Amino acid sequence: MPKDSGIGASSKRREDVRFLTGSGNYTDDINVRGQAYVYFLRSDIAHGRINSIDTSDAESMPGVVRVFTGKDFEGVGGLPCGWEVADRHGAPMQEPPHPILAQGKVRHVGDPIAAVVADSLEQARDAAEAIAFDIEELPTVTDMKAAAQEGSVKVHDDLKNNICYDWMLGEADNAKVDEVFANAAHVTTLELTNNRLVANPMEPRVCVAEYSRGTDEYTLYTTSQNPHVIRLLMCAFVLGLPEHKVRVVAPDVGGGFGSKIFHYAEEAFCTFAAKACNRPVKWTSSRSEAFLSDAQGRDHVTTIQLALDAQNNFIGLRTDTYANLGAYLSTFSSSVPTWLHGTLMAGNYKTPVIQVNVKAMFTNTVPVDAYRGAGRPEATFQLERVIDKAARELGVDPIALRRQNFITQFPYDTPVALTYDTGDYNGTMDKLEAAADLAGFAARRAQSEANGKLRGLGINCYIEACGIAPSNIVGMLGARAGLYDAATVRVNATGSISVMVGAHSHGQGHETAFPQVVAEMIGIDESMVEIVHGDTSKIPFGMGTYGSRSLAVCGSAMVKATEKVIDKAKKIAAHLLEASEADIELKDGQFTVAGTDKSVAWGDVTLTAYVPHNFPLEVEPGLEETAFYDPANFTFPAGAYACEVEVDPETGKVTIERFTAADDFGNIINPMIVDGQVHGGIGQGIGQALLENCVYDENGQLLSASYMDYAMPRADDVPFYTVDHSSRTPCTHNPLGVKGCGEAGAIGSPPAVVNAVIDALHSGGKKVEHIDMPVSPSRVWAAMNG
Amino acid sequence: MYSFEFEKPSTVAEAVAALGAEEAQALGGGQTLIPTLKQRLAAPAKLVSLSGIAEMKGVCVEDDGSLAIGGGTTHATVAREAADKYPALAELASHIGDPAVRNRGTIGGSLANNDPSACYPAAVLGSGATIRTNARDIAADDFFQGMFTTALSDAEIITSVRFPVPQAANYQKFLQPASRFALVGVFVARYADGVRVAVTGASEDGVFRWGEAEQALSREFRPDAVMGLRINPMNMIGDLHGSKEYRAHLVGVLTRRAVAAAG
Repeated sequence: MPKDSGIGASSKRREDVRFLTGSGNYTDDINVRGQAYVYFLRSDIAHGRINSIDTSDAESMPGVVRVFTGKDFEGVGGLPCGWEVADRHGAPMQEPPHPILAQGKVRHVGDPIAAVVADSLEQARDAAEAIAFDIEELPTVTDMKAAAQEGSVKVHDDLKNNICYDWMLGEADNAKVDEVFANAAHVTTLELTNNRLVANPMEPRVCVAEYSRGTDEYTLYTTSQNPHVIRLLMCAFVLGLPEHKVRVVAPDVGGGFGSKIFHYAEEAFCTFAAKACNRPVKWTSSRSEAFLSDAQGRDHVTTIQLALDAQNNFIGLRTDTYANLGAYLSTFSSSVPTWLHGTLMAGNYKTPVIQVNVKAMFTNTVPVDAYRGAGRPEATFQLERVIDKAARELGVDPIALRRQNFITQFPYDTPVALTYDTGDYNGTMDKLEAAADLAGFAARRAQSEANGKLRGLGINCYIEACGIAPSNIVGMLGARAGLYDAATVRVNATGSISVMVGAHSHGQGHETAFPQVVAEMIGIDESMVEIVHGDTSKIPFGMGTYGSRSLAVCGSAMVKATEKVIDKAKKIAAHLLEASEADIELKDGQFTVAGTDKSVAWGDVTLTAYVPHNFPLEVEPGLEETAFYDPANFTFPAGAYACEVEVDPETGKVTIERFTAADDFGNIINPMIVDGQVHGGIGQGIGQALLENCVYDENGQLLSASYMDYAMPRADDVPFYTVDHSSRTPCTHNPLGVKGCGEAGAIGSPPAVVNAVIDALHSGGKKVEHIDMPVSPSRVWAAMNG
Repeated sequence: MYSFEFEKPSTVAEAVAALGAEEAQALGGGQTLIPTLKQRLAAPAKLVSLSGIAEMKGVCVEDDGSLAIGGGTTHATVAREAADKYPALAELASHIGDPAVRNRGTIGGSLANNDPSACYPAAVLGSGATIRTNARDIAADDFFQGMFTTALSDAEIITSVRFPVPQAANYQKFLQPASRFALVGVFVARYADGVRVAVTGASEDGVFRWGEAEQALSREFRPDAVMGLRINPMNMIGDLHGSKEYRAHLVGVLTRRAVAAAG
């Protein structure tokens, strides 16, 4: 029987009541009395030298409060990068300044040149048009390989070249890798692109900042996945403010997908300008601005080689990747192509020798950073595509080839720096084969062919590293932050509970799932527990939500804090029951003396904690505990996906007919929310595989700068999904045994889709080896007729 | 959006008079013009809304059996009211944009804009329709003069469009995946005196008639009749969403499908 509450129950998402009835409180809903509006004048060229900016006409326009340029930010810090990557020789990455407003040069279309603060947005925009500037257009570089050439246009004049770092992981001895490949019975090589994406959360970015002269305090409301991280970065590295004078609030946030992790110039600008203008300052991104100013995702070009022995065992893997970082280092951009990508190249397989090479490039494009999956989709795509190609070249079943090479013994140390604690890849594949009815594929293919369509089956396996940790290791790898999280469990006098968490919910359903855990531990109704998040003045210092970390890391802190609460409550109960603390049991919200019928209710204990008339002298009154949790390792969700497509051979149009996901997420708190997370992830992965493409021309102009040209997946682009998460190997090192599910769908689906398309084309006699994403009708047709 | 004067006349004559003002611009359903204004890419001094003109709205059958649609009629109205009189046209109208677009956008606005990827120009040219303005009647063959260019003069308003109703017709649209405009759209209409084939979305010159296909289909109205015909890719649009060659190929595929569907 499925449970109807607590851990494992599909409790309805309580936050949806306000989201679905229009009573959410998003940042753009927040208006502060007397607020002014800022309009950013953004560069319409990709690369240019600023010779002069004349704001005098603009300053005299109606409603204008003040006009800012880069000069106003001399002496103010730039936007920091949170991860220092060392190159293959141990030297630090090249780290150019990232000013709030352009200084000296503009480096991508959308780079802010000036900002006008005015009484209304239209007045600010009018005034921005009156700013006279002389910007000398410079040659641009948008192609990563061209950017790496000697003599290329340099994005940053003060750097030695456009290469942020040339990084390597795994087997450092080239001769040894060469020897493996020389001795291989078969080598499969594939060149591929992981297409650049725009995150496109439903809610664009917004910030509202206010400053109180009376108290010298700032409040910044912002669309963020991690308000404490924003406060720390902005205070300590950009504006030089003491954190206790700054409150950062991230209220309801309408989707992030990674793009709202980062500290953006607009946040620092509004905070700075609120004091400089002595007016609250608000900025709401238009969708057009979002295309030019939100950090973008992916954008790798890779050559991957897989070496197999005569028995089809994987014996070596070598990758060479160019990763586009855009014009500046966004907050965590440097970590994505390295520690979030190279470390995943073992995948689910026991390949003994792996070498990963990554050149990260500056180009005249919008900065690139983490986007749902962040590095792990890029790793999975190349690995699973090359395995699929190898299976085809060798004429072996792609599932059998994968099974043969699966890691089966745990813990397993990969050659690329990770230790997988647990997993059951064969068991998960068994679940997939059943759930996807792979046995029935041949009949479905025959039916498609009878209708004049080609049908293909694509298989994909993935492993994901979530809850990136522990802090001491990531610190050694260059992280400039800790990666723990925190929770405070505040029990109120009448027994209800507020849990203040460092994690931030912007669609994940924390407000429902987190209380399920606390309620289960104490044995009270879920409705008695409420989550508080998104406000630095209310919550303990936590690192926020990204990388599928919330439950595994912050949830663990919440469990620890709840355990502390229960321990203390037992002391109080023991006192009330005149028994030994060791004999007190807590079940269904009742403290009982073991083996007796003497008991006291949760509410009586909590009331006693706050009205401590009859109270143990050695115990402090109150019932509130905080815990910080630094994980011992990553968690490793893994899964196997199957995609079936139909290809119209006349037009090249691909239709996804079936999509099945079998995931091992360890223990599951709320299966319905997990299903939803997987659905959303697959939808985004299908978007990447078939539709989405962020494209710049050679002059650095963004060609896909609106929804007229950037294709987001719509409901009729995706099928009904079959999701099976009955394969469960609990994480061995966190108290809930949970792993994380937020990114799995986006990681596991793109290769499944492309593998399916290639399979369909082969079934029609078209020996197409690869099609880059998005696998658009035009590209499929070109490949079929190439 | 820049500031502008706004006028909402209730007759065609008033509208024409209002459009005589300096830098005045007619506003139909606003599905192209309003976004353009919001982007500050247009700055008319005056907008003259045509949406209050009752005589420009509605669908009716003329004495000669042709279907007349008022220039201010929305796509949703055409989809509903032309369904039994000219099903292929109603079907086309029912797949323009989304419900919001269909309930605001008008046939007159779409034709006056002549977006090279719009659906209506294919139906109008494919039907040999007549565009009636406040000043004159313009044959479809004379009306479309290249991307975003028509025979309309300044201050000329499309008051109605008259469609001869064909024996059989069909419109096939292959979607541009982002905008869901026509990457290529082909309208095929069979009349007693021959077949017309009009293609939208594909050409740098906007909507055009595919003469070779018309001749072949007039001889024999079967998909196979156009099997061997090829469109020269030279003047096709090539962009992010499809090469010139791909669009030329799609014209053939969609023409065959339209013939098959028209029956």
